[in-house]
Amino acid sequence: MLGRTANGLFWMYRYLERAENTSRLVETGQRIALTRLGSTDDQWRPVLESAGVAAGYDVAHETLSKDSAIDWMLRASDNTSSVMSSIGAARHNARQVRTALTEDVWEAINGAYMETRGMLARKVVERDLPKVLGTIRQRAALVRGATHGTMLRNDIYDFARIGTFLERADNTARILDVKYYVLLPSVLSVGTSLDNVQWETILQSVSARGGFQMEYGNSAGPRDIARFLILDRRMPRSLAFCVGKIVSNLGYLVTDYGERSAAADKADALAGAFASKSIDDIFDQGLHEFLQEVLAQLAALGHQIEIDYRFYE
Amino acid sequence: MGTDDVFDEMWGRSGGLRSPYEVFSAWFDGEDPRRLRLKQREAEDLFRLMGITFNVYGRDEAEERLIPFDIVPRIISGREWRRLSRGIEQRVRAINQFLYDIYHRQEIIRAGRIPAEMISRNSAFLPQMCGVSPPGGVYTHIVGIDLVRTGEDQFYVLEDNARTPSGVSYMLENRETMLHMFPELFSGNRVQPVQNYPGDLRRSLAASLPPATSGSPRVAVLTPGLYNSAYFEHAFLADQMGVELVEGHDLQVVDGRVAMRTTRGYQPIDVLYRRVDDEFLDPLNFNPDSQLGVPGIMDVYRAGGITIANAPGTGIADDKAIYSYMPEIVEFYTGERPLLENVPTWRCSEPDSLAYVIDNLADLVVKEVHGSGGYGMLIGPTSTKQERASFTRKLRARPDNYIAQPTLSLSTVPIFTRSGLAPRHVDLRPFVLVSPEGVKITSGGLTRVALKKGSLVVNSSQGGGTKDTWVLED
Repeated sequence: MLGRTANGLFWMYRYLERAENTSRLVETGQRIALTRLGSTDDQWRPVLESAGVAAGYDVAHETLSKDSAIDWMLRASDNTSSVMSSIGAARHNARQVRTALTEDVWEAINGAYMETRGMLARKVVERDLPKVLGTIRQRAALVRGATHGTMLRNDIYDFARIGTFLERADNTARILDVKYYVLLPSVLSVGTSLDNVQWETILQSVSARGGFQMEYGNSAGPRDIARFLILDRRMPRSLAFCVGKIVSNLGYLVTDYGERSAAADKADALAGAFASKSIDDIFDQGLHEFLQEVLAQLAALGHQIEIDYRFYE
Repeated sequence: MGTDDVFDEMWGRSGGLRSPYEVFSAWFDGEDPRRLRLKQREAEDLFRLMGITFNVYGRDEAEERLIPFDIVPRIISGREWRRLSRGIEQRVRAINQFLYDIYHRQEIIRAGRIPAEMISRNSAFLPQMCGVSPPGGVYTHIVGIDLVRTGEDQFYVLEDNARTPSGVSYMLENRETMLHMFPELFSGNRVQPVQNYPGDLRRSLAASLPPATSGSPRVAVLTPGLYNSAYFEHAFLADQMGVELVEGHDLQVVDGRVAMRTTRGYQPIDVLYRRVDDEFLDPLNFNPDSQLGVPGIMDVYRAGGITIANAPGTGIADDKAIYSYMPEIVEFYTGERPLLENVPTWRCSEPDSLAYVIDNLADLVVKEVHGSGGYGMLIGPTSTKQERASFTRKLRARPDNYIAQPTLSLSTVPIFTRSGLAPRHVDLRPFVLVSPEGVKITSGGLTRVALKKGSLVVNSSQGGGTKDTWVLED
């Protein structure tokens, strides 16, 4: 496979994952705004931060408002991580690697792009927001499903998966890091409704509320949330799960190509850290410090993959 | 429906249904126009979803447009097709022999059949190709011969596309779309398949392997990239053949071979189906500013390290001034009379011809020698006085840049409109593959249709559409 093709696949799936994550964050923000009395526009700041788009927002806007935050995350063309920009970039990469994709996958991503572009041609009115967000998620799921159901399990698939899980791990780590302070033990805020809103935000941002309740019930505390999202290998958006998938797919490439890669070593080291640590170890080390380290390691891993598999000249 | 001076391929000149259209006509009469209108829209949605689009030059990068598709097939009988095929094969063989000769001993010039300056002063002539012998003597692996029809038995070659003919993806996708929408039509007609084209193309390219190949030949398609107007076709063909689609920056010369950068290091390519023009192919040998090519590929080529399809320098065979010599060229190399006719052509470089052309501008079509896509031409009968005046100035300034032809009364085929079937002018581009193993012509081709009533311009860049083209089994 061409190095450029591996690069295109990797980014196509990263951007697809990003579009889905961003739309989920918008949904979370909107839900909190609607279900919490006394919520204000300020509550959109952590949402923007979780999506990693707050700095760009501040450059483009003087004040923070719900409408402009939603618009920034969904439609803004000068926000490279907006849903529209991400789906556009995913499709651009898909065109670039068209020969590596099955017809089903190409049509799914092209269809996602065409429908999203139609829905997001104008500002989304509040009444339409649930439907728009639902459609984006369904469209992304369709691409994933077509990928899962029609693509050969070869190096093409491996790069698609590696891109997906690197983006997802990055996303989960960032959401946790923006909110890490609400998960820390604190005499003042334990059990207050503020905490609960914050916890709920975290869980909803990664579609984990239902799963978490099933596992931990209603009485669980913040440390359980952290454990669930960092170490639980059953949870498909936890850091341990995502890193485990990256290790597997890099491992398939190693077997396939008959050559050990530096990236595979880096991924193994990262996975080792999750296997050996308990949530108490992580809190002892410092949650924020731990997450910062993970984010840096994920970035380094992405860079190593680019080098090992000759993405660029 | 046909009028006296225009030959309609469904209704002839007199309005009597021609036999290849019998089954179609009976089917059409039994259809509800509203259902057909829905089908027409369905076809467009299908094309958009499949991404069968082209980019328009000089417009917003993001703009991808559909070529309009008409649901009425263009139908050719097996007998008509066999006759055309013989003529096409003869012409394509002659073109390859001509190219070999031009880049070697130039016997045709020595024999006085073509003036030497037609070659030496022609910008499509590549001195870098002199003395180079491509595998099997094949220069044009992929050729598109544009044909027009003016009557029951009158076909003319309008032009030869010997550089990088495009449109074959539309031939294939138009058929897929028709099969998808109107399966019953194919049950009632015995239509020869076109789907073997990608397989034939791959075999044909692989058969043109260079001396340096070891093992089974590795084929790749070279595209200028995503923003090229035919990018969809490049990706489509690579995909259908199951070969890599590469760009210039994926390639470099490694150990005397042209190699592509893969996830596992550099791997040599044996046959490169390039969709990049000569000029951009090699910045070391041609245009030094080119970002699209591969530095040094010409040196590898000359040393037998790679096959470039089509060979560099083939443009000398399809330039419109050379076109006017095609009857002589066919006779010179095959010793036979040409089976396909040329459109009578005035070479404006000749003073008598230039005078005639300027005097009769209102009745002629004037084309640039190197033009394509319907740009830079004058269609006399529909031109304004000002346009003719401005063209007269251009002709006097650079006479050797132009040729002129009579306006032919192109045949029509019906298209489906709001008010039913309506005749529109068409042309036909059959696709021909040439390899050391022989010549292969796909039974069908791309029919382009001028959607505007009365218009003779079928180019997609100028409002033309396409049709599925059927060749029937007799």
